[in-house]
Amino acid sequence: MFAPLAVIGEWKDGIVWLISFILGVGWGFVLESAGFGNSRKLALQFYLRDLTVFKTMFSAIATAMAGIIFLSAFGWLDLESMFINPTYLWPGIIGGLIMGVGFAVGGYCPGTSMVGLATLKVDAAFYLTGILFGIFVFGEIAPLIDSFFNGKYSGFMGRATLPQFIGLSAGVVGFFVILMALGGFWGAEWLERRFGKSAHRSA
Amino acid sequence: MQPKPYSSPYVMGVLLGLILLASFFITGQGLGASGAFQRAIVAVEKSISPEHVNQNSYLAHYGGGKENPLANYLIFQIIGVFVGGLISGVMSGRFRVEINHGPQITDRQRWLFAIIGGAFFGFGSKLARGCTSGVALTGGASLSLGSWATMMAIFAGAYATAYFVRRLWI
Repeated sequence: MFAPLAVIGEWKDGIVWLISFILGVGWGFVLESAGFGNSRKLALQFYLRDLTVFKTMFSAIATAMAGIIFLSAFGWLDLESMFINPTYLWPGIIGGLIMGVGFAVGGYCPGTSMVGLATLKVDAAFYLTGILFGIFVFGEIAPLIDSFFNGKYSGFMGRATLPQFIGLSAGVVGFFVILMALGGFWGAEWLERRFGKSAHRSA
Repeated sequence: MQPKPYSSPYVMGVLLGLILLASFFITGQGLGASGAFQRAIVAVEKSISPEHVNQNSYLAHYGGGKENPLANYLIFQIIGVFVGGLISGVMSGRFRVEINHGPQITDRQRWLFAIIGGAFFGFGSKLARGCTSGVALTGGASLSLGSWATMMAIFAGAYATAYFVRRLWI
């Protein structure tokens, strides 16, 4: 096992930050190229007229997931040294629902609003102002809701993964995720043909 | 300059997946956006009142004592996102002042709802410990159980809300 390179090799912060900057440039470039700088294009996914977000996101998840599974199966990537989002089930679900409301109302999510701002979308600047306010409010009240956020009502399950939860190997779960994504792509193309036209008429 | 058409979502998705995989392979961490905003907020609060940050256990985690909230890879990553978006926007003719919304509302109404939507998303992203990037994408790829639950909740919340705010977009 020699990866994650920076963890195993104990790289200095500065090098990791430089690499993070470069990866960020690639990420921002890809988001903008796919059309994620435009809030309306993003929001039209919720009316089944433009499913670019779904297609891009699940292509990305399937690609990275397959890479992680293969690299760890080869014995190159040590999953124990890799960050896996810890599961705090209830704040995760409630927070997700709140984010969903914000997505439908505001059109952007945090990363895409940054790309919107970079390409002079004025609504992205207002959205970012809202994000900063929402994060500020959360930071101020976080200690008050600690039992839900961290404590006994948080549904904490540690580094729980989907394969552990279902009781199948990562390879099998990964295979089903890819099948699900492919089925979803087919469905997304069908939905866009069905509902997409009226979006173009009023665009 | 007439804007160029958007690139294929599938090609861009695979590229994004490779960037995410490279991030995991090199740094052991994924991508994240809301974490950088959190750190920026803590930095501002700390510059105004370090005691306030120290007294709040949540804020202190990011910037308590001698901890510099901005000394974190997420800050450099989000600056990169801005630069990458700018480069693509300039190259494609999409670098121009725009306010995007449906035809039934005014620009000012869009501004108001952008702030409200952003506030919800910002709050929710901290409750769920990350946003569409740090949780749905990153945790989705590493098959984190909680991240998949959050991802489903984001889409459930958005689709459930969409009907009531359709005037904003269609």
